[in-house]
Amino acid sequence: MAQHYSSFDRGGRRWLFQRLTAVFLIGVLAFHFMLLHFVNHASDITFLGTQARMSQVSYFATMWLFLVTATFHGVNGVYNALVNQGLTGSQKNAVKYMLGIAGLLLVVQGTRVSLAMTTLV
Amino acid sequence: MSQSYNRGTVEDFGRWREFTAGMWAWIFHKFTGWVLVGYLFTHIAVLSTSVGVDPASAQAGSDLYTSTLSGLESLLIVRFLEVGLLAVAVFHILNGIRLLMVDLGVGLESQDKSFYASLLLTGAIVVASVPTFLGGKLV
Repeated sequence: MAQHYSSFDRGGRRWLFQRLTAVFLIGVLAFHFMLLHFVNHASDITFLGTQARMSQVSYFATMWLFLVTATFHGVNGVYNALVNQGLTGSQKNAVKYMLGIAGLLLVVQGTRVSLAMTTLV
Repeated sequence: MSQSYNRGTVEDFGRWREFTAGMWAWIFHKFTGWVLVGYLFTHIAVLSTSVGVDPASAQAGSDLYTSTLSGLESLLIVRFLEVGLLAVAVFHILNGIRLLMVDLGVGLESQDKSFYASLLLTGAIVVASVPTFLGGKLV
């Protein structure tokens, strides 16, 4: 019988959330690249242009969810990659908390940035 | 009885010559993932220049956010790094779709072919995008 081989613990929810965020990110990352490199060229971006986009409720909500899901997907992915490399015990716990704090700080700073770009609030 | 294969662990990178397509896909997915998460932190750091922008300077187009982004875009190396980022993102997306299919048990027999298809499609999209990324005003 083939050996069970996975980056995730059996029965864990991290595997499911990694997949669910992946489905959302596939669409949003492609949309983000298209809009900010092909529709609007990156070299033409100005604060006022960004503010106009971020002041639409649907765009703001999409970008904020993009921030949260990308942070989770990235930080969870890094954690699992390190577990694959054989991280165990107290080192594994330390890395888990460090990555958790780094992710939380990124979401907080990203939210500050989103709010600075919008006239909605 | 089903046949079992012992291909060893993919973490043992010293034996890369023996790696199969699926193992390369795993390595590329991890590598592109590391790049993307690193970029995410950098991206938010750069966009933080939008915090506290003075409305008058924003009207004049001389605010810190606008000048930082246009300053970065004026560097040719940044344009090439953006093409690299596109390559990394496109591969991660396409291989991510392939992984979701594998998880759902769809097309398991052709998982090696779908990896090669992801690579080829990434290459084609990136090459086609080069003019867009290198175009636009470059000081």
